[in-house]
Amino acid sequence: MADSPASSTGVSDQAPQVDGDRQQESVVIRFSGDSGDGMQLTGDQFTNASAILGNDVSTFPDFPAEIRAPVGTIPGLSGFQVNFASNDIYTSGDEPQILVAMNPAALAANLEDLQPGGVIIVNDDAFTKNNLRKAGYDENPLDNPDALRGYELHRVALTTLTRTALEDIEGMTNQQKDLCKNGFALGLAFWLFDRPLDSTLSFYAKKFAKRPQVVEANTRALKAGYAYGETTESFSGRITVPARTEVPPGIYRRITGNEAVVLGLVTAARKANKTLFYGSYPITPASPILEGLAALKHFDVRTFQAEDEIAAIGSIIGGAFGGALSATASSGPGIALKSEGIGLAVVLELPMVIINVQRGGPSTGLPTKTEQADLLEMFFGRNGECPVPIVAAATSGDCFDITIEACRIALRSMTPVYVLSDGYVANNSEPWQIPDVDAIAPIECDFRTDPKGYQPYMRDPKTLARPWVVPGTPGMEHRIGGLGKQDGSGNVSYDPADNEHMIKIRAEKVARIADYIPELEVNGPEKGDGLVVGWGGTYGAIRAASERMQHEGHSVASVHLRHLNPFPRNLGEILGNYRHILVPELNLGQLSFILQAKFPFRVIQLNKVQGQPFKIREIVDKIRSILD
Amino acid sequence: MTQTVESPLARKDFVSDQEVRWCPGCGDYAILAQMQKVLPEIGVAREQIVFISGIGCSSRFPYYMNTYGVHSIHGRAPTIATGLKSVNPDLSVWVITGDGDGLSIGGNHLIHCLRRNVDVKIILFNNRIYGLTKGQYSPTSLGGHRTKTSPMGSIDYPLNPISVAIGAEATFVARTQDTNTKHLQEVLRRAAAHKGTAFVEIFQNCVVYNPTAWDHTTKADIRDDNILYLEDGQPLIFGKDRDKGVRVNGMVPEVVQLGDGIDEAELTVHREDMDNTSYAYMLSRMLHPEFPQPFGILRAVSRPSYTDMLVQQVDEARASQKADLAGLLHSSDTWVVE
Ligand SMILES: Cc1ncc(C[n+]2csc(CCOP(=O)(O)OP(=O)(O)O)c2C)c(N)n1
Ligand code: SF4
Ligand SMILES: [Mg+2]
Repeated sequence: MADSPASSTGVSDQAPQVDGDRQQESVVIRFSGDSGDGMQLTGDQFTNASAILGNDVSTFPDFPAEIRAPVGTIPGLSGFQVNFASNDIYTSGDEPQILVAMNPAALAANLEDLQPGGVIIVNDDAFTKNNLRKAGYDENPLDNPDALRGYELHRVALTTLTRTALEDIEGMTNQQKDLCKNGFALGLAFWLFDRPLDSTLSFYAKKFAKRPQVVEANTRALKAGYAYGETTESFSGRITVPARTEVPPGIYRRITGNEAVVLGLVTAARKANKTLFYGSYPITPASPILEGLAALKHFDVRTFQAEDEIAAIGSIIGGAFGGALSATASSGPGIALKSEGIGLAVVLELPMVIINVQRGGPSTGLPTKTEQADLLEMFFGRNGECPVPIVAAATSGDCFDITIEACRIALRSMTPVYVLSDGYVANNSEPWQIPDVDAIAPIECDFRTDPKGYQPYMRDPKTLARPWVVPGTPGMEHRIGGLGKQDGSGNVSYDPADNEHMIKIRAEKVARIADYIPELEVNGPEKGDGLVVGWGGTYGAIRAASERMQHEGHSVASVHLRHLNPFPRNLGEILGNYRHILVPELNLGQLSFILQAKFPFRVIQLNKVQGQPFKIREIVDKIRSILD
Repeated sequence: MTQTVESPLARKDFVSDQEVRWCPGCGDYAILAQMQKVLPEIGVAREQIVFISGIGCSSRFPYYMNTYGVHSIHGRAPTIATGLKSVNPDLSVWVITGDGDGLSIGGNHLIHCLRRNVDVKIILFNNRIYGLTKGQYSPTSLGGHRTKTSPMGSIDYPLNPISVAIGAEATFVARTQDTNTKHLQEVLRRAAAHKGTAFVEIFQNCVVYNPTAWDHTTKADIRDDNILYLEDGQPLIFGKDRDKGVRVNGMVPEVVQLGDGIDEAELTVHREDMDNTSYAYMLSRMLHPEFPQPFGILRAVSRPSYTDMLVQQVDEARASQKADLAGLLHSSDTWVVE
């Protein structure tokens, strides 16, 4: 998402009327079907075409935790929502205006989210007795004029039409042909929103390069869907969403948060001139980072799939001791397992980055859903006084910058650093202006090799960082460990004064990071009635909500905390400039708790823990109720 | 790692400035002394040597070695060693662990380090007790062992460290004892030279909490009847008078008295290099008092190490593909905004 200044606020409020061709600023479309129906791929292709066309896009993939939940049921649904617009948007949209439902379960589960007056496209063939029963329908809602009153319904026999289109392809079973029906639906969506087919056609050609028959089948289904829109009179017109105009020039691509973390780590390693070591144990939604890095051995990236998360954090402590830029990522239960190791890393004062892609908790919780409920764990979830710097990504693209920022802090202050991401940011994809790598500042972090006057815990007078000396350096052999120690020498010490000194100096070292991180910028008026304070993946919804209020003439601003420990040094001053402070969070009030403890201002909470991101409207409503 | 040293190092070069703080008479002293004696001879520069330990009396070891070292957290030393070796494969990395550290809390990491054949040396000090926490039973304590946490006797079946190591397909498995100075040195030397994970169990005496654990292998009058010294290519002979042997009867070993019509030719000949683990495993199951316990190298086979293969993959990838960072950032469908 491009951070261009105040523009209109994303999702338009009316649903489109398909009544002759018309233009809209933005549209939210949701594809929903069985997890075997290829909805992720369909949504992804639709997004790609829209991004290439020049729209701003934001996506919300929503898939079941089970790989294959029972076919035709609500738990087995996989959805993909795309918000595409000719202005800047910050979220994947509150509610869809168009729903593509591949079966009755998809209709049943998504209907209540659909905007009044919205368009429903269903696969008519899938509304069989059996499927209706599985979705909990006693009768076919498509046949009941009351059931879908107020919506514009399009019954398309996707299965039959797809089979017909592929009729003369030999050697393909009906079952195989049916797998192409998402292509038909996509083609129809392309027609409806006037998107070119090229990017998807070349995607098919590349993805199925070894199976020309599959390329042919998908190509035909896609084109048939497009032609269906054009030739039938089912739709009375098309909806166009023109390209954005005020977009900073440059080369763009789409990126998810997890992809951006991968690129951020590799870039940071290059900028620091270090080998990248990444140890991790697979877990949703963090696994794609390990998968992404494992394929980058040509960048001298060394990945280690550990036996568990304890081993993963141990391995990166070893990697850091050995002089590599070291990182790990996990989620929920895996982060909990790492905490003892992170305590050791704090005491060893070695640089490393721990990425927490938060998911719904507690315990195993909601693995594929999003939440922000680990913030206090990051602050306090270790034994003893054990400060760890914390940064959090605001958007998918920001995962790139924040990862580099975390590496910079880790290497500069010789400390483990937490990066908070979440299921939403990790999976959401958005346009990303590809940065010029040469313009990214180098990360200075030289190993010390001079034995003269060396002590393992001697400190940089400014940052309080200790020197990084790697094994293999002659004349500087030293031992470090988790026991209480004496500053300077690092020798084991049970002296009470040494213990207190070490605890205080570690805390001071982290506090001093505030000296070199950027100040916080306010989006909106510098003083006023309301300030909305956010962190993490709620950035888009908060920004859109506060901008909507500004457009209505209210003096409401927003700030977004990318640095959570320490906070930017001007945070207290900013908080003091507003009558009301609202903190929306996908938890029960964790940032609120910290702000309340640190600053003398009352904070109003807005909390949600449903595994779903905020809707812009939910925040707007809350701001209204405060201002009233 | 084979870097040779300019001026030869001596034992004193490996002694750190920290005061050693084990109980007087603890077996750990002897192990420390032999390690400090052996290291100058293995042809590795001091700065290339790293000791990594967990938590326990035994795990204080790195503080006393004038090398690089990490005294980490309970049971996790193999994970740190694996990370270190992955980024710096030339180092000689030694893991020091105890029976509790390595087989209880750290059992998972131990078996995975062994199966991966990470090129580290793992030295497990087995005193069949939790020393540092003052005498609770450990995973190697024998059934019935009375300790503070097992006042009526332990009802856990013990693990046998070398059986575990062989089960995890360790490529080098050996056993020795703290007070067997020469033998201990020889085993350490062999471990140092092994490529891949070397696992060494050392019978170690905790004089305070479990002083009789190794009586049968240390008391002068009985020890030779209870230890079977393994020598590659030699028959399994033992006993003070070297008049007893072990032969394999079907799948089971049996102790036989030599003479009386049984001669050496019938005894099993020891071989370290059998790829199949069954023989080494069988040896590891020879338990006191029914059998003499095997000392020496049960198994030493050659297999590419994790670290070698990692480096090989990285080298291959680097040779075949350019590390073009800007290209990587653009490696997806892109579009231009003018
Ligand atoms: C996570 C954790 N749990 C428990 C302990 C307490 N603890 C320290 S050492 C130890 C047992 C050590 O036994 P062993 O590994 O056999 O070493 P020894 O002292 O006998 O050499 C225990 C339980 C700890 N330090 N950390
Ligand atoms: S308690 Fe036992 S193992 Fe620990 S130092 Fe004392 S004698 Fe050695
Ligand atoms: Mg012990």
